[in-house]
Amino acid sequence: MSVINQNKSEKGFLSSIADHPSTDEFIKGVWRENPVFVQVLGMCPSLAVSNSAKNALAMGLATAFVLLMSNILISLLRDFIPKQVRIASYILIIATFVTVIDYAMQAISIELHKSLGAFIALIVVNCIILSRAEAFASKNTVGKSILDALGMGIGFTFALLCIGGVREILGSGSFLGFEFMPDSFEKWVIMVLPAGGFFTLAFLLLIFNSFKIKNNRA
Amino acid sequence: MSDSSLWSIFINASLINNFVLAYFLGICPFLGVSGKIETATKMGAAVTFVMVISAMCAYGINAVLTAINAPFLQLISFIVVIASTVQLVEMFIKKASPALFKALGIFLPLITTNCAVLAVALFQTSKGFGLLQSFVYALGAGAGFTLALVLMAGLREQLEFSETIGIVKGTALVLLVGGILSLSFMGFAGLGG
Repeated sequence: MSVINQNKSEKGFLSSIADHPSTDEFIKGVWRENPVFVQVLGMCPSLAVSNSAKNALAMGLATAFVLLMSNILISLLRDFIPKQVRIASYILIIATFVTVIDYAMQAISIELHKSLGAFIALIVVNCIILSRAEAFASKNTVGKSILDALGMGIGFTFALLCIGGVREILGSGSFLGFEFMPDSFEKWVIMVLPAGGFFTLAFLLLIFNSFKIKNNRA
Repeated sequence: MSDSSLWSIFINASLINNFVLAYFLGICPFLGVSGKIETATKMGAAVTFVMVISAMCAYGINAVLTAINAPFLQLISFIVVIASTVQLVEMFIKKASPALFKALGIFLPLITTNCAVLAVALFQTSKGFGLLQSFVYALGAGAGFTLALVLMAGLREQLEFSETIGIVKGTALVLLVGGILSLSFMGFAGLGG
């Protein structure tokens, strides 16, 4: 964690970070490099468990926790892990924390654990976590890795909540379990079915794309 | 569930509960390597192979872990088995067909983080399948994955020739097509349990 080491790893980003060093690491995950909408990573859980806002929120927080813990540990160990076996080591670290959250979730709410099913265990193979470990935590200091993990985690949760919210409002006429739509509202059953997940994400990506195109023109 | 016939397990895993289109597993390669039919077929074959091997190993591991009463090691040992199988496949393809190795690119090592593979191992354990049933289940899941990938690749090859608006291009369009594919696969629900 020497200063020289830090400077070396930052060289590429130096110009962008210069203005606002620490907030930038945080903000980029939430918006500019949002893992789901911009990087298109971690698609499987974001589609599979986003049939209600509650599931989406739980999944997002669980993933954020694993992301944070694994980022911390990997950036602490970054000088000790040999380069050849780094991916295997990262996966093992991630799998350990996923096992922790799996058991914790069972203790907190068995009902929630059931509705998320195998997808808790499948956080292990969520590309976001591995990509942050490889692209960020293995090259940066602990402090920065924490900020990066928090930003990415919140960005992921936000994206999941967007998808889950849209699907739950249209598909079940409720949000986080509260039914607020009038009885005359015809529920779009397709939205809670798998196909609805694809469509919702596609439309959210369209919105994001149109933002991007506008920004590029300006 | 454990006494269901092998044929129904196969149909169930490949069509009715298609891993990609109904369970949303393995979406990353589904979006990433579905550009050409040829690559998609080979990717499907590689994934199927890894699935079958890891499902077999998972069966053995699960028996051992139950015997020594350490279920919390399940996830960690599964992922290690999958990672080593992928490494094996990678070395084999690199030797046997360097061109294919190039075409699959980063998505080959990423089979490790393909949720479909881990999911097969986890699902067959939770369903309590025997050795033969696990084998058929993994084979069915792999076939379903390949089918979805190849269908998507065929559609995308056609889409290349059609005019699309700027904002739809890329992932959004693939997801829209995926949604329609998923809708059509819902038709298989009537095939049985």
